[in-house]
Amino acid sequence: MEFDVNIFVQQLVNPSYVSGAFLSVAVAVLSLVLATAIGFAVALGRTSHSRIAQGVAGLYTWFFRAIPALLVLLIIWNALPQLFPVLRQDWFSPFIAAFIGLGIVEAAFMAEIIRSALLSIDEGQALAGRALGMSPVKVMLKVVLPQAIRTALPPTGNEFIGLVKFSSLASVISLQELLTTAQVGVNITFRYAEYYAAAIVYYLIIVSLLTLLQSYVEKKFVWTSRSKSKKPSILEPVGQGVQS
Amino acid sequence: MTNSGPELKQEIWSTNDPVLSARNLHKSYQDQHVLRGVEFDIRQGQVKAVLGPSGSGKSTMLRLMALLEPADDGGIFLRGRRIGVREKVSGAVVLPERELAKERRNIGMVFQKFNLFPHLTACRNVMLGLTSVKGIHHKEAEEQAMAMLQRVGLSHRAGHFPSELSGGQQQRVAIARALVMNPDVLLFDEPTSALDPELVGEVLDVMESLANDGMTMIVVTHEVRFARRVADEVTLFDSGVIVEQATPDEFFDNPQHQRTRKFLSHVH
Ligand SMILES: Nc1ncnc2c1ncn2[C@@H]1O[C@H](COP(=O)(O)OP(=O)(O)OP(=O)(O)O)[C@@H](O)[C@H]1O
Ligand SMILES: [Mg+2]
Repeated sequence: MEFDVNIFVQQLVNPSYVSGAFLSVAVAVLSLVLATAIGFAVALGRTSHSRIAQGVAGLYTWFFRAIPALLVLLIIWNALPQLFPVLRQDWFSPFIAAFIGLGIVEAAFMAEIIRSALLSIDEGQALAGRALGMSPVKVMLKVVLPQAIRTALPPTGNEFIGLVKFSSLASVISLQELLTTAQVGVNITFRYAEYYAAAIVYYLIIVSLLTLLQSYVEKKFVWTSRSKSKKPSILEPVGQGVQS
Repeated sequence: MTNSGPELKQEIWSTNDPVLSARNLHKSYQDQHVLRGVEFDIRQGQVKAVLGPSGSGKSTMLRLMALLEPADDGGIFLRGRRIGVREKVSGAVVLPERELAKERRNIGMVFQKFNLFPHLTACRNVMLGLTSVKGIHHKEAEEQAMAMLQRVGLSHRAGHFPSELSGGQQQRVAIARALVMNPDVLLFDEPTSALDPELVGEVLDVMESLANDGMTMIVVTHEVRFARRVADEVTLFDSGVIVEQATPDEFFDNPQHQRTRKFLSHVH
């Protein structure tokens, strides 16, 4: 059996791939939002002075770093509805189960990213804000967070890309995301190479777009007035004046 | 009736009384007794220079007077009113951080390492206190900030970020940031110690012009010449207490205490 370009191209433009890719990205986006929200709370808990908050936050991180995401998805989709009747209703779809499951697992990792970003900000920053008379919330929102976000952006970008790929785990709870779409096609036609190749192309496109988005957002966090549009050039001599 | 207590005190306060006072301040870190009963007063329009060896507790005293840290014992008084605590029958209780924040507006602080906000332009650094603490609208805040930057000679750098400014310029922005809040008193913690020698002058010039305009200032510094020329009173701080307090001439030419003489012999 040769690689059939026609089948490959057919699959590339197949709407079910597009919707699969869309589902993968949507799961990744929503679970990242959820993970950032929970992760921020956990990070605040871990840096707090309260023993209880520290304990709860530490427990969360310890637990969800240890449990495989796949197991969490299976528990949320299969076990929880047996325990809680609300989850047996129609609104509880594989999509919702997937982004919640991936979100709460990812939160343990986002918490560490956010915590180290918060800790990386010089203590003098909060001190200066407090000296101006800013309330604790204002100090966090106007002084510490904008700086911590810049530190957290690159690792968060990595996590985001990871989540796009982790969304394929949701195939076990029958979410028709990108990889499942390919797999379904394979199960019918046994054209492994063409269907998987189409999936590869989609993943490459998604991750390339995300990388562009990331570098665009990171540029927003360059704090200089002039060089905002100026791209670093590999042709530019570096370290001039160091040698003498 | 009991509510009228603080206001009553405020009426009793007259312009000759201290604007800011520290009474019997004590502070320990772990087993280290850093402040051992500090008594400090500054009157309206006065400039006080605080000299003293490294590690003697000068910065700690300023942080306590700016309500950035609670005292273990003793009190801070602004225009005769005790601040930073709520008086209870059982004694004084430190206010929660939100309440402290409100009382800090009246006391400005300039730090050794500037502590400008790196994500904001010079103008935004000066504006932030106005918009987020005083709730002043963006446009009005911008006008006030620009006027203050003009006063420290930096209106042409308003759109620059801290990383694009020299140390001296950063410290002048930091002074404008504190000044724009219109505090009753401005505390300086070694404002020129982190600067290259050639940049010290521009910051001291700004401070001197503030002093001439009648600003009430406490300046912890190693700049002996500045203390002599600008300060109304010079203080030697050592081992957590104030050792000597005198006019510049008295302090430098005729110190009363052995420890002052010894300190001066090192810095001269
Ligand atoms: N937050 C803190 N935790 C523990 N110890 C501290 C803290 N702040 C200050 N100290 C200690 O208290 C002592 C006085 O410190 P402080 O910074 O007030 O001295 P200083 O007179 O300002 O000295 P310098 O001239 O070096 O700035 C030092 O021994 C310092 O180690
Ligand atoms: Mg100090």
